Formats: sequence, C-alpha cells, structure tokens
Amino acid sequence: MQGVPDPGSAAAAIEFRAVTKRYPGREAPAVRELSLSVPAGEICVLIGPSGSGKTTAMKMVNRLIDITEGDITIGEQSVRSLDLTELRRGIGYVFQQIGLFPHMSVEDNIGTVPRLLGWNKQRIRDRVGELLELVGLEQSDARRYPGQFSGGQRQRIGVARAMAAGQPIMLMDEPFGAVDPIARDRLQNDFLRLHAEVRKTVIFVTHDIDEAIKMGHRIAILKDGELVQYGTPDDILASPANEFIADFVGADRGLKRLLLRELRDIELTSLNGGTDDLPTVDERTSLRDALSLMVTRRVTALTVMGEDGERRGTVSMETLAHFADRDKSDTGVEA
Amino acid sequence: MIAQLALPIAQGGPVIPTFQRGSNCVRENRQFCWEWFSSHWSSTFQPRLIEHIELTAIAVGIGFVIAFVTALVAYRWEWAVNPATAVFALVYTIPSLAFFQLMVPFTGLTRLSAEIALVSYTLLILFRNILTGLREVPPDAIEAAQAMGLTRRQTLTRVELPLAMPAIMAGIRIATVTIISLATVAAFIGVGGLGEPIFNAIQTGFKTQFIAAGVLAVLLALVTDAVLVVVQRLLTPWARAKVG
Repeated sequence: MQGVPDPGSAAAAIEFRAVTKRYPGREAPAVRELSLSVPAGEICVLIGPSGSGKTTAMKMVNRLIDITEGDITIGEQSVRSLDLTELRRGIGYVFQQIGLFPHMSVEDNIGTVPRLLGWNKQRIRDRVGELLELVGLEQSDARRYPGQFSGGQRQRIGVARAMAAGQPIMLMDEPFGAVDPIARDRLQNDFLRLHAEVRKTVIFVTHDIDEAIKMGHRIAILKDGELVQYGTPDDILASPANEFIADFVGADRGLKRLLLRELRDIELTSLNGGTDDLPTVDERTSLRDALSLMVTRRVTALTVMGEDGERRGTVSMETLAHFADRDKSDTGVEA
Repeated sequence: MIAQLALPIAQGGPVIPTFQRGSNCVRENRQFCWEWFSSHWSSTFQPRLIEHIELTAIAVGIGFVIAFVTALVAYRWEWAVNPATAVFALVYTIPSLAFFQLMVPFTGLTRLSAEIALVSYTLLILFRNILTGLREVPPDAIEAAQAMGLTRRQTLTRVELPLAMPAIMAGIRIATVTIISLATVAAFIGVGGLGEPIFNAIQTGFKTQFIAAGVLAVLLALVTDAVLVVVQRLLTPWARAKVG
C-alpha cells in the first residue's frame, strides 16, 4: 500500500498486534498488549471509561502517539515502516472539538490534504463540491468560515475533510460528543448512511455506550489499557464477558439488544382468527419500540403490518423477551 | 560635550521667524499662524515628515525581522525565552535620550545611531506579541495539522502564523505608534524627522512651529494606526466573519 491512495481506493483492514504504549515515569502502560483486527470497511468503536487507553490506542494508528512495543498494520503494511507525513495524509481524522482551521474557508479546510498532495485547483474545487453535497451542506457554504456554522455543521465539514483525498481509513475521536442530542442523532444517522456508501475502515472512539451500539459493527471495550471484550454489539449485550462489562453496558442491556433488530428481521407468529382487535405496528419498527407500544397500550401482542398495508403476522411480548434474553449462540452472529 | 550636542540642533536649520517681515500673527507669536505654516509646509515640514516616516518604517521593519526570528526560536526552544526577554527588556528600559547619545561615540551623529536605538525599542513589544500569538494558537488546530500530515514548517506557515496574526498585528501597531513618538527625540542627534522643528521651536519659542510639528507627529501616528487596522482586517478575514 502507498501512503497516499487515490480517491475511491478500497478500504484496508487495520490490525493491532500486541501494541503497548508506555509513558516514561509511569509504571502502568497506557495500552497493554492490545491485539485486535478491524476488517476492511467496518466501523470499530473503541470505548471505555476515561483513562482506559481508547484514545491512545487510536492515535497510535497514525502515530500521533508513538508505539512503544508491538505494531499496527494497515492492509498488511506496518505503520512504523511508512513515512510519517505520507501515513497521515492517507488517514482521515475527525476531531471532537474545533479541529477545523478557523482561519481557513470551508473549501480550504476540506482541501487541505489534496493541496498537500499537489492536486490542481479545479480538481480540489470539484472534490469539495462533491463532498459538501455528500455530507449535506450547501455549495455556497464553501467560501464561509468555520466560525459561521453550528457545531453539527462543523462536524459535517470535519467528516468531509477527513475523506477529501479518498483516504481509505478514518479515525474519529468522539466526533459527535460536543453537539446537542438531537443534532447528534442526525449526525449519527447521516454518518451511517454515508458509511454504507463509502465503506471506509473506521476507528471510532466514544465513551457513550448507546453511541457505540448504534455506530459499531464491532465494539472493543477497554479498561486500564487492556482489551476486556471485543465483539459485535449483539455479542456484548447478550453475553458480557464479566461484571465490569455488564455494568458498563447497563442494566437495560436486554432493552438495548431489542434496539438492534426490527420486526421484519424476526419470525412472526402466523395470523389466525381473533387478532383483529390488536394494535398494529409497522414492520420496520425496532423490537424495543414494539415493546414500548405493548406497555403503553397494555397489550401482550401486536399485529405487524407490511409496507404494502398487508398483515405480516403477530408478535407477542414473550417473543420480544426471548430476543432480549436469549443466548447469542442462536442469533446467527459470528463471534 | 554639551556644545557638541547643541551643534546638530543648530545645524538643523534655524527657522527663527523674521519678526520684521513676518505677519502680525508671527510677530506677536500667537498660538498658531496658519499662513506661516502653509508657506513653510514644503520647506520645513514635508521633508521632516518624510524623514520621520522613513525612520519609523526602517526601525519597525528591522525590529520586526529580529523579533520574529527570535520569537520563532523561543517558540521552538523554550529555554531561549528568558534570555531573549531579559535582553529586550534591558534595552527597552534605557532612557531614549541617553540611548541616542550612547550610540554617538560608536556610530556618530548618523541615522544609523538613531535606527539602532529605535530598533531596540521595538524588540520587546514585537517579540512578546509574536510569541504570545504563537502560544495562543488553539492546540486543536495544531494537532489537526499534524494529524493531516502537515510538516512542521507547513504547520507553522499555514496554521500557526495565520492564527497568530491578530496578536502579531497588535504588536506591530503598538511598536509603530511608539516609534513615531520616540523618533521625535532622534532629532537630538541631528537625523531630522519631526523632532527637528520641535527642537528648534523649543529654542526659539516659536509656538506655530512647535504646535505644527507636534500635531503632525500625532496625526502621523493616528493615520498609521488606522492603516494598520485595515491591513489587519485584510489579513484576518475570518475574524470578522459573522454567524448566519
């Protein structure tokens, strides 16, 4: 792999190989023998309490922090073997706070890496226009300055900048932490939609477990510099590795699991007579919202409707309870 | 020594009014004689004003280069901050009249003597403003630059210096106004500038000349500062960009 891939180049897998970070004068390492692999095109969320080493681990990927021992590879190539500036120009980075350059227009911010790579002006301008559209901003925003935008809009600009040169990898450091909950929800949804389109390999740091469950294909939970559990959100909610994880994901982890599925994903009880009086629900409703509806309507079953207005079947509270509780082994998700 | 000092002032060209032939205003030495001022503008004031602008521009220009380089060194290597500050503060505390006189044995009654002293007075102001500006660049912006693969030099020229620009320009404004004021004292060693008509007027007691030169120095300071404000706005367009 070259440090600077062309736009649209395929995503690359990232692998941590027994990575340790020690700071001089501190006995406990900040990260201890971290090994995990992130398949190409997936979002891997690093989560843990403060001081768990999640940010340190991420910053070692583009060597903002030096690796003490072990190695990180991007598509089989060691990050230690690459020239530092080349490595960094090939990795998009989204910051929590004001990572945008306040003195540069949106266009110049987004065009930073392409300019470093020597793209000509027209190519940069075209690319900026493309990206603004992709992240949901107006073309006329190109000439404005970051200070003129809301926190949510700035974060969209940050995401656009991190993809400007077609970097196959994106590091995101609590990217939606500084915006209000409504804007955050929209940013998350938009990012997921965007990711489905561009399929980059993403390492995403957060301290919010709900965000981790929503955003991550895989979640790595760290504590005191060590990896405690690594798996899909469903794995982790279904079978927390220990007390710490169970505590971390919350007592409502059963309810959280229900959020991972929609009614159309599960097998419904076939229709039989006498169900006409049940409340109806759209098949694209999450299991959690379906349960919520049962509780508020004081019923134990719902009729599930398809998009075409046809009845698909019924779902009972018992079935939902089963999905909240059952072992991950019969969910069909690989460990 | 004293005679030697008085000499350049006399050499500056006595503009002692010829009371017999002058107007009533001049003969009575009233506060300000506009007619005398306008008839002596091109002979007495305009050349001095131009000299004054030259003295100031050279002093601030050279001072800026020295302070800028020193500030970059001090920004990079922390240990350089205290020695640099100490030296610049020391020269800043030397009384200006003494400083000009101090230079005479070395560089004579020359513009060089005047400039060495004037440059010295800009250093502390410019150095501290440039260094403060650089230090107050948001760490986020610097980290972003590093994370995106800007080299150290690119980070300096594309991120740190532009963001330090408001503080740097503030320093240039203070230094320039200070030097416009101090440069009047440089006439003491006979290098011209608006100080010369002031020194002459002090000797002759001619009010019009005194007021005219003083007001010109003040106006020069105000106009220069206004120009620098405009320059600052052009250099920092983002600072005025409004939300909405």
